[in-house]
Amino acid sequence: MNKIRRIVFGGMAVVAAGLLAVSAVLAAETSGAKPALGPTVKTYKGDKCVEDTDYMRRNHMKVILHQRDETMHRGIRTQKHSLKNCVDCHADPKTNSVLGKDGFCESCHVYTSVSIDCFTCHSAAPEKNGQPPKAADPAGLKEKMRTSAVMGTINGNQP
Amino acid sequence: MSLSRREFIGISGAAVAGMALAPGLRLVELARARSPEEAATRLQRWGLLVDIGKCHDCNACVTACHEENGVTSHGRPATDAQWIRKVELKDKLTGYVETLPVMCQHCAEPPCVDVCPTGASFKRIDGIVLVDKHICIGCRYCMMACPYKARSFVHEETTNQKPHAPRGKGTVESCTLCVHRVDAGRIPACVEACNKDGNKAMVFGDLKDPNSEINKQLASAPTTQLRPDLNLNTGVRYRGI
Amino acid sequence: MAHMQYGTIAPRSLGFYAVLGILGAITLAGLGAALYMEHHGHWITGMSNQVMWGVPHVFAVFLIVAASGALNVASIASVFGRQLYKPLARLSGLLAITLLAGGLAILVLDLGRPDRLIEAMTYYNFKSIFAWNIYLYIGFFGIVIVYLWMMMERRMNDYTKPVGMLAFIWRLTLTTGTGSIFGFLVARDAYNSAIIAPMFIIMSFEFGLAIFLVVLMAGMRWTGRELGDVVFGRLRNLLGVFVAAVLYFVTVYHLTNLYITQRHGIEGFILLNGGIYTKMFWLGQVIVGGVIPLIILFSRLGKSRALAALAAILVVLGGIAQIYVIIIGGQAYPMPLYPGKDIVSSSFFDGMVAVYSPSLPEVVLGIGGIGLALVMAAFAMRVLPFLPQSLSDADADPHHGTRQATT
Repeated sequence: MNKIRRIVFGGMAVVAAGLLAVSAVLAAETSGAKPALGPTVKTYKGDKCVEDTDYMRRNHMKVILHQRDETMHRGIRTQKHSLKNCVDCHADPKTNSVLGKDGFCESCHVYTSVSIDCFTCHSAAPEKNGQPPKAADPAGLKEKMRTSAVMGTINGNQP
Repeated sequence: MSLSRREFIGISGAAVAGMALAPGLRLVELARARSPEEAATRLQRWGLLVDIGKCHDCNACVTACHEENGVTSHGRPATDAQWIRKVELKDKLTGYVETLPVMCQHCAEPPCVDVCPTGASFKRIDGIVLVDKHICIGCRYCMMACPYKARSFVHEETTNQKPHAPRGKGTVESCTLCVHRVDAGRIPACVEACNKDGNKAMVFGDLKDPNSEINKQLASAPTTQLRPDLNLNTGVRYRGI
Repeated sequence: MAHMQYGTIAPRSLGFYAVLGILGAITLAGLGAALYMEHHGHWITGMSNQVMWGVPHVFAVFLIVAASGALNVASIASVFGRQLYKPLARLSGLLAITLLAGGLAILVLDLGRPDRLIEAMTYYNFKSIFAWNIYLYIGFFGIVIVYLWMMMERRMNDYTKPVGMLAFIWRLTLTTGTGSIFGFLVARDAYNSAIIAPMFIIMSFEFGLAIFLVVLMAGMRWTGRELGDVVFGRLRNLLGVFVAAVLYFVTVYHLTNLYITQRHGIEGFILLNGGIYTKMFWLGQVIVGGVIPLIILFSRLGKSRALAALAAILVVLGGIAQIYVIIIGGQAYPMPLYPGKDIVSSSFFDGMVAVYSPSLPEVVLGIGGIGLALVMAAFAMRVLPFLPQSLSDADADPHHGTRQATT
């Protein structure tokens, strides 16, 4: 019994030490050093978003989900929380899209590894007289965003 | 202070008149475009009237619809989506040839809504039958159930969607009666094109508004539904079949 | 009758690993086909806007219907108290679960958005028979698992009968629901009929028992266990009765439609001039799936184990043909939108018989579902005691010794 207990506690100590070491290394890496990966969250139109940045960071998914049901089922088409409005402001004028390596939606979503489904159906281009995106779906990114959590490689960071 | 009987009757009369007028006031308000914050209401029911006598060999409605909603062809007619199509008919007995546009009939009792397991196929309160593509799982049961073959399945990856008409692979879609236009107080693209480039065969309007053009036309000559025996009370009516 | 012993498949059996390997490969191929279809979109299949339910649905519906019928044997034992079927009840329950799993797997993998399965399980439109079916299928799994537990745990054996009764009622409801998927549809001439639900029930009896018989014979033979003539004979005769019953229902369905002038079009299509569908109906469903098995099962030919197994397999093939005619034939025939008119032209194939040819991914997915069902069953039989150790006349026949030699 004593032997087994020694082995178990010894093992737990090794694991704890290992975890401590890894977190120490990670902390050292990130403190002060520039992060290797990161989202490019830029706004291209207007001076601020319809809501606070902090609020949006935590709640934009709830806002979008609620608005979609309101619009779809009740026909309420207010601008403030509509996805079209988001895309209109946040689409990069160079690529005409919220997708892409530095795209507003995609850069953060790929970084956080949260796949989103919006742009399989919704246009990622702003409604400039209903023009389609100039670079239509660069490199099949829409599909990648939907079906995988491809972290890093899309942002150009080689593994 | 006490009310005399006369005063009381006067006040209640005014109140009743006010209550009777109030819905009418609301109706007048709705004859103008609904503002974006306003939800659709059951005070309206959108409908379409197609006069086949005026419809000839033109495809303006089909082109306009597919252009408006970003419905592109992939050169595969069997699997390409079609929200509206022109059908040419010849009477078996008399040989009379006629042509008509067929699209989602926006039934008041839609079989597609009955069979959808998730409720993605739904009827909006103002009569427009839509697919909520956020919850559509692509089972195609509504396509089996639709008596008018109005629904299409998106068989391939879609790109270049119109911002006002999202559509994507793996979901089912059909004519939305241009709900994005209707909510903004405009008319569907097919009707607009028919009036502009076609033969002015289509009328769009509110079936519940007694003063609308469509109601006046429906009252003035016989019209029918497609497959009337099914008793689905369609929103799309035809004159001259 | 001595207490029946059950056993598993012996460990380290090369034959078992071979079977598992083959069935596993088939299952993986099916999965691969599903991924291929999902990635490219359904345009690479034979399914279209005209025939939107194709071969995967044929196999899926077949498996789901067979699953419900496979439980029949257990029901006969628990609900109707027939002693002879009691040793067969465990395998019956197992097959019910695995066949249903196989059928549902095909259905889910063919969805346009299979990633939205959670949505299908949380948003419900209760007017849809599909939504009810989701509850019925999941409930079926639960109930049959409990049923198996009651049968396999000695202390719970007393509860076998009430749970068996619940399972019996549940599966009749389930099969009615499956048939009603088509029976409730007003749009198409081939459906829209109250007879479809009970026809599906009798089809379930037929398909389920056919598959059960084949799996039982294979399972007993390949593990060196005896299957006596009494048990075999009863199952064989029962299958013959079900085949006849299905033929009866099919006759009534078509006879009724033949009386309705409105339905003459679809009847002519299925019975006379529908090309592949007519062939499938007469050759596949009626002759291969009905007449030939009837002849084998009810004549002296039925004494041969091999021929009886062949009859069961023919029943399965005929059943698949039957469902092919129902599902695909029903869609291929044009909808009567414009009575009294001929369609001169339509860009959406109005009035035309739809062209459908099954594509390879669809067929592989369908067969993959069968593979999944069988590999699950095989694996289960290896780890848990589903197979009775012996079904010889001495062990299984409750009237052994008291009856004269029959069959």
